[in-house]
Amino acid sequence: MIESRIERTNDSRSGPPLWLLLELTYRCPLHCVYCSNPTEFAHTGDELGTDDWIRVLREARALGAVQLGLSGGEPLLRDDLEQIVSEAHALGFYINLITSGVGLNESRIGALKAAGLDHIQLSFQDSTRKMNDFLSSTRTFDLKSQVAALIKRYDYPMVLNVVLHRHNIDHVGQILDMAQQMGAEYVELANTQYYGWAWLNREQLMPSREQVRRAEEMTNRFRKRVGDRMKVYFVVPDYFERRPKACMNGLGSVFLTVAPDGIALPCHAARMLPDLTLPSVREASIGWIWYDSPGFNHFRGDAWMKEPCRSCPEKGRDFGGCRCQAYLLTGDAANADPVCDLSPHHHLVTEAAAHADRGRAGEKPLIFRDHRKSIAVS
Amino acid sequence: MRDVSATAKPLVGRGFRLQWEPAQSAHVLLYPEGMVKLNRSAGEIMSRCDGQHMLTEIVADLERTFGITGLTDDVAAFVSIAVEKKWLEIRA
Repeated sequence: MIESRIERTNDSRSGPPLWLLLELTYRCPLHCVYCSNPTEFAHTGDELGTDDWIRVLREARALGAVQLGLSGGEPLLRDDLEQIVSEAHALGFYINLITSGVGLNESRIGALKAAGLDHIQLSFQDSTRKMNDFLSSTRTFDLKSQVAALIKRYDYPMVLNVVLHRHNIDHVGQILDMAQQMGAEYVELANTQYYGWAWLNREQLMPSREQVRRAEEMTNRFRKRVGDRMKVYFVVPDYFERRPKACMNGLGSVFLTVAPDGIALPCHAARMLPDLTLPSVREASIGWIWYDSPGFNHFRGDAWMKEPCRSCPEKGRDFGGCRCQAYLLTGDAANADPVCDLSPHHHLVTEAAAHADRGRAGEKPLIFRDHRKSIAVS
Repeated sequence: MRDVSATAKPLVGRGFRLQWEPAQSAHVLLYPEGMVKLNRSAGEIMSRCDGQHMLTEIVADLERTFGITGLTDDVAAFVSIAVEKKWLEIRA
């Protein structure tokens, strides 16, 4: 979860890319049905090499980038992860590893610590093809417990991220108890956001309003019982809101993502937007990409906005919401995010939520992220 | 707000890192997936909190550096808030 915790203190739209996210690989041992990687990942080009990543780090740091996220796919699948971390540390980045924990053993965590890794966010997911195995799979539980113990032994704060959806949201109480047993200090319960594979599976993943209400209630009871020892964030699904999220703080304002094949993106999901001509770090400097490329300037400011956003007094607060959501739901990325109840397309969101309330999920099979499917669906 | 003892030796909290960012002309405090940009006085105070110096020494150094007096209350108030936010900690 990398949205919104960096806030800009001035209004200039062309400050530095403070947050750099490197998606080191789309390869992943897991097959999550809500994966935010593009469904067409199998058609993307070769992964960047070590030297390319290090050049990206140097150039971004020189512009003022300071928070670094290393994700994927599963970033531990890169053999040069330690080398990348070491270089990033020497440059002065604060380095966050976003991982499933698969592949994190004692020798690797030791090497990452020595290289200067600052923080690990461990995610929970369904590692088997049966959603119901989510909590019952002893294999998963054991693996995660071992990794959690390693993370604590190496003196990292224990930060867990759990993606919630229709099939696990009723178990929030058990998930929190499990997190407590593992000694988690922070738990993020993030309701699925519908991009990538999650968009394909939206109907099957979206919880009902009643499920969300009960989950929030369980979370609040847990918070009362456990107090300060564990901090729990509950991210409400935005389909149930009336105002959109200030996605990425506005595209091109703070965040710069580099995909495994070197394509630079103003948001990790933006690859789907047909209006954007996206630059590659293989061909251009990070400085040109950030400040001058058409892809990064397209959605800066408000000239691109349509009504009702353009004349809306709240446009400086939410920037019209999420461009990807506007595109997926309305076919035009310049429309208001339909989550907003001022959007003429708001009914698309309320209808999807009402559909979930009627409990129609399960009529279509879930599509699990994998290489073969990626070729088939894209 | 908690009172901070004059002999306390504050240091940057666990999980936080303080550094000077030339691109922002400011000290920033970095933590998991987040950042606080500090104003000048907060940066000057926090960069002196190394766990080796007592609050009184930090105040004296600031007063000497900037040629002013009477900073004790302001510095103690900031340190107290920063401790609450876990930006600083005071080890017994």
